[in-house]
Amino acid sequence: MPSKNAFSISVTADRLAFGNNLLFENIKFVLPAAEWTCILGPSGVGKTTLLRLIANLVPNVENVNITCSDGISVDGRSSYMAQQDLLLPWVSVLDNVMLGAKLRSENANKSEAIELLTRVGLAKNIHDLPSKLSGGMRQRVALARTLMENRPIVLMDEPFSSLDAISRVRMQDMAAELLEGHTVLLVTHDPMEALRLGDYIHVLSGRPVKLDAVRCPTGNRPRDLHNPDLLTGQADLLAQLASADEFEGP
Amino acid sequence: MKIIRPLIIAILLIIIWQLIVSISNAPPYILPTPRLVLEALIGRGDIIIQHAGVTLTEIIFGLLLGTLLGSFSALTLSYFRPARQWLMPILVISQAIPVFALAPVLVLWLGYGMLSKVAMATLIIYFPVTAAFYDGLRRTEFGYLDLAKTMNGTRWTTLKYIRIPSALPALASGLRVATATAPIGAIVGEWVGSSEGLGFLMLHANGRMQIDVMFAALLVLAVIAVALYYSVNAGLNRLLLWSPST
Repeated sequence: MPSKNAFSISVTADRLAFGNNLLFENIKFVLPAAEWTCILGPSGVGKTTLLRLIANLVPNVENVNITCSDGISVDGRSSYMAQQDLLLPWVSVLDNVMLGAKLRSENANKSEAIELLTRVGLAKNIHDLPSKLSGGMRQRVALARTLMENRPIVLMDEPFSSLDAISRVRMQDMAAELLEGHTVLLVTHDPMEALRLGDYIHVLSGRPVKLDAVRCPTGNRPRDLHNPDLLTGQADLLAQLASADEFEGP
Repeated sequence: MKIIRPLIIAILLIIIWQLIVSISNAPPYILPTPRLVLEALIGRGDIIIQHAGVTLTEIIFGLLLGTLLGSFSALTLSYFRPARQWLMPILVISQAIPVFALAPVLVLWLGYGMLSKVAMATLIIYFPVTAAFYDGLRRTEFGYLDLAKTMNGTRWTTLKYIRIPSALPALASGLRVATATAPIGAIVGEWVGSSEGLGFLMLHANGRMQIDVMFAALLVLAVIAVALYYSVNAGLNRLLLWSPST
């Protein structure tokens, strides 16, 4: 399990601008080891950029520092799960899960891939093309592919937002169980999702963007939907997001 | 229904053709009746088939060669950045010169035989194949590339496992255009100078006022072109079942 050598990651962005468009100033937060950190914010606020920075997907960035508590670079130690499942439509579910090994010219561990697909409940579909699967099933394949990479850090960019309500809750439960021990950063615009899964929640809003830490409900993730803390928490978060939005004007 | 519809279209066209002959009273050396053409087709069938085989071979070799060269060029263009600056102008020039204007030169260099016609067909499809495939290679979904990057894929493996497969539908549309245009190359090549092939047969028949033979050859050429297009199309669709655009 990755938790054995778990390390925390601290992110400091003094200033990040694209052209004249200033995105972040003085942003600082920590992803504690083996815990879930959620970044919550309205669409278009720069959540995805923040996540892509950590995944090293934004070229030519200065003034942004990402350090790990064990002193090793973050490069190559994170896996990435996007809003789109990003399954390759031309290969089978199984080959999609083993894609990472292929891209690194390694021998893929087929039995491990099959086991992971079994754990996400897709044992029967390993030879299907992705187009045969429903949205929820496809996102489960993406989860298996993420687990297959076995990286200590998992970066998730609204991976459940395109699913219907029932599939979303199921995916949240499944992800919480299977990603135990990983250091997770979940970017979302759904307050309920952050409250169910987050050990730490930050709200991202304004321009340039500010990051505010928010109190989290107690208890193990995934938190029960009947938990009254979740509902009041959701109301508070929505109010906070709305007020930040008003500041910007409609 | 799939087979019946083209049949109905063909029958309708023949009826219209017959009507035009009957109404205009055109002499057979201007526009022969469908019946005369059919008689020529049967009577001179052995010769027509023989020449058709030559033309078909030229088209197929042209297609293979053009596809190979075009795909190779597109891959080079997209993989080696400096190649883009050097090869792009050549590519554009190859398209700016009317390929037909090159036909006499090709015959001069490569002779009266099949080679100059294969070269002609290759040249005419080279650009559509290259352009379509290169375009497809450039338009790989960014999400896939991000994913490959986080998985530590190299440029080569990313090309092999992600960019090439995702560009195949674009290459396929290039191949469809190529299949439809390759016969033009072969025929033009034959017109400029040859001793066999349907293009040669048509010129030869025309010179001897055997307009019915000319039409018969034209008919066979049309059948070859259409059959080739539909078989390539069906083959590509079968290979690219995963792609919703095909």
